[in-house]
Amino acid sequence: MYALPPAPAAPPRRQVLVGTAVASLAAVMLMGGMLGVFVLQRERTPDGELWVPQGVQIPEVPTNVMLISFGTLVLFAQWAVYAAKRRDRSHIGIALGLVFVIGLAVVNAQAYVYNRMELPVGETAYAGMFYAVTGAMIALVVIGLVFTGVTAFRLLGGRESDQEIVAAHALYWYVLCAVFSAVWLIVFVTK
Amino acid sequence: MSTLETTLDSAEATADDTVPTVGGTTASPSLVGVVTSSDHKVIGRMLIGSAIVGLLVVGALGALLGAERIDGDGTLLRESALTQLFAGYRVGLVEAALLPLMLGMCVLAVPLQLGARSLAFPRAAAAGFWAWFGGVVLLIISLANNGGPFGGQADMVSLYVAANALTLTGLTIIAATVATSVLTTRAPGMRMKRVPLFSWSALVASIGLVLVLPVAVGVHIFVYVDYQYTKAAFGAANGITDWTGYLFTGPVLALFALPAVGFFAELVAVVFKRRMPLRGVVLAGIGLVGLAAFAGVTQQEVIGLPWAGSGLTLSEPLTKFADLVTFGVLVLVPLLGVLVVLGVSALAAKPTKIGGETVRPNLIAPFVLAFFGLDLILLGMAATALNGVDDLALQGTVFEEGAAVAIVYGAVVVGLGAVAYWFPKLTGRMVPTKPVLGLAPLAALAAALASVPYLIAGFTDQPANAAVYDNDGPGELLNVLTTAGHALMALVVLAFAGLVVPAFISMITTSDADTAAGDAAGDNPWEGHTLEWSTTSPAPADNFSVAPTVMSPEPLLDMKAAPDFARSAAAQSTGAAG
Repeated sequence: MYALPPAPAAPPRRQVLVGTAVASLAAVMLMGGMLGVFVLQRERTPDGELWVPQGVQIPEVPTNVMLISFGTLVLFAQWAVYAAKRRDRSHIGIALGLVFVIGLAVVNAQAYVYNRMELPVGETAYAGMFYAVTGAMIALVVIGLVFTGVTAFRLLGGRESDQEIVAAHALYWYVLCAVFSAVWLIVFVTK
Repeated sequence: MSTLETTLDSAEATADDTVPTVGGTTASPSLVGVVTSSDHKVIGRMLIGSAIVGLLVVGALGALLGAERIDGDGTLLRESALTQLFAGYRVGLVEAALLPLMLGMCVLAVPLQLGARSLAFPRAAAAGFWAWFGGVVLLIISLANNGGPFGGQADMVSLYVAANALTLTGLTIIAATVATSVLTTRAPGMRMKRVPLFSWSALVASIGLVLVLPVAVGVHIFVYVDYQYTKAAFGAANGITDWTGYLFTGPVLALFALPAVGFFAELVAVVFKRRMPLRGVVLAGIGLVGLAAFAGVTQQEVIGLPWAGSGLTLSEPLTKFADLVTFGVLVLVPLLGVLVVLGVSALAAKPTKIGGETVRPNLIAPFVLAFFGLDLILLGMAATALNGVDDLALQGTVFEEGAAVAIVYGAVVVGLGAVAYWFPKLTGRMVPTKPVLGLAPLAALAAALASVPYLIAGFTDQPANAAVYDNDGPGELLNVLTTAGHALMALVVLAFAGLVVPAFISMITTSDADTAAGDAAGDNPWEGHTLEWSTTSPAPADNFSVAPTVMSPEPLLDMKAAPDFARSAAAQSTGAAG
């Protein structure tokens, strides 16, 4: 065996943060690809035919509240980063708890939108695609909620030095906020 | 330990009973240990082993479908089964053979090359493998029950689409762990420009996969929901191929085969016993091949070039310019990347002298396989470019299939070379060299036979994915040759498996290294230049007992070139640490 000289201790390379960035890239590509196909199919609607079925309305208030919720959600995720740097457990707990509650509220708002629209999934091409895009978005939010739970358990369980995971957690929610902004504009506003 | 855990805990790694311990003494792994292992070498082995099984099936399917198309009457197989067989063949080539083989190579070798103790997020990689594996099993079940594109059993068609999405999700997760590994687990001193060429290609390919595969998953979600509920927007079962076919043919295959290009470049320096000249150019060349990812992101099955008879018409200059740019960036530039790698490799082959003596190249069996394989990949990429020229009217013919098979089988031939190359780090034994050398031309012949006749048959307008066609040309001979090529490829893969499996079995069953099958391998039997050859053969569970220092892209060559390298490197390390 060659005897290469031993190296000094490897500096931390922010593996969780980089891994989260790569996973976030995958999430962006998933939603970006779906929105691209959504717009393509919308543009392909023959003249004289409606893309959104007659009588179907997307409730604007809950969808706008969802967008605002994402904005506040990333604010609290960043607060958790700030608190983690200061090893302030109580503030970490409050911030991550708020992230979790607001994330749940986003899921709830989407369920409310589904309920109010009363759009059967099998009615038109639009219906299937609407549920596919928004359903995928909600799946990403649920993954984010699990991430929040894991982050909270880690930090509140005593691994206070693990600040990187809080930064990675915030990064994921930042990306999701940007992705939802695109969903909001394309699916809920321009339809 | 959760999937968020970035590395194996050292205690767990040492206690892991699924892998050999240090110095050629092996421990018997349990089945449960293998199935639940997060050791990158075990996951890589499972991926490669599954890909070899997939190759056998795909080779048999290719031979069967070739035989069906020999006389143009389509009388050999039931017509109702043909669509499933074609779908299984197309999907199998990419999702059950090419991608798991390439990612298996990356998972197996990248951490060793980087001087890392494990893959980043090893449990996530294991989860990705099992998601992929489950997806492939469901694909087989759906196709066997009249599912798939044009399938007649509605539930099985839905299952086919969902299984495809699961398979692609698993592969995305594995690619993400490979990318994160290269970005974060490099040994001290290994800056990005010092990353081994194979690991660089693994990084470019895995980031490309993270860009391409989620888009495909999204399309599958749409197709699934549409088929399940409305059958209005995506053409129902008949539209599946239209929406997802770009993954199985066309420019994106170059991205999937990219680790094979990096492996070839890596071996050139080893074979010619020198540092790679113009290394930055090779890194750039590999990066150029990665541009093929954008063909996948934009879901392009064919990048068309409307030539319009005598030349580019100037009536619509902007449109023509846009066509040319798209064709150039997504098809020609990746091809140029492979040519750059080959060109610089030719420079490396220039005879050199050390101490007045000409250095003789060490033509090892893995390099011979890699050389043949890369030539076939180049052929397939050139054919893909030709396929885009509208005036040649090759689209919709078997020309596309020939181009895809050339890339996939070319990468497979390289992949067999990679398995032979890194086999010592897995088992501590050598793959028998002479039989592998004998298999190399056979593998190249098989790949050429399976692809080139269809490149010719495309010009005679033999339609793609059809058993019945107007057979008034040399179609019969060409289809016989293709059938023989697929059958020979299956036999070559079987023979290769026959060479490597005994060593694996003896590794599992024998605790005494002296009585294990095959010749014992030294720590660096090929005189490699990169870090994987600085650890023992087989590599221990955590790869390196101490993290090595790297001061150039070829750390082992540094040691040989300067005997006092170790001392100076240690001094610099100390200085850097201070």
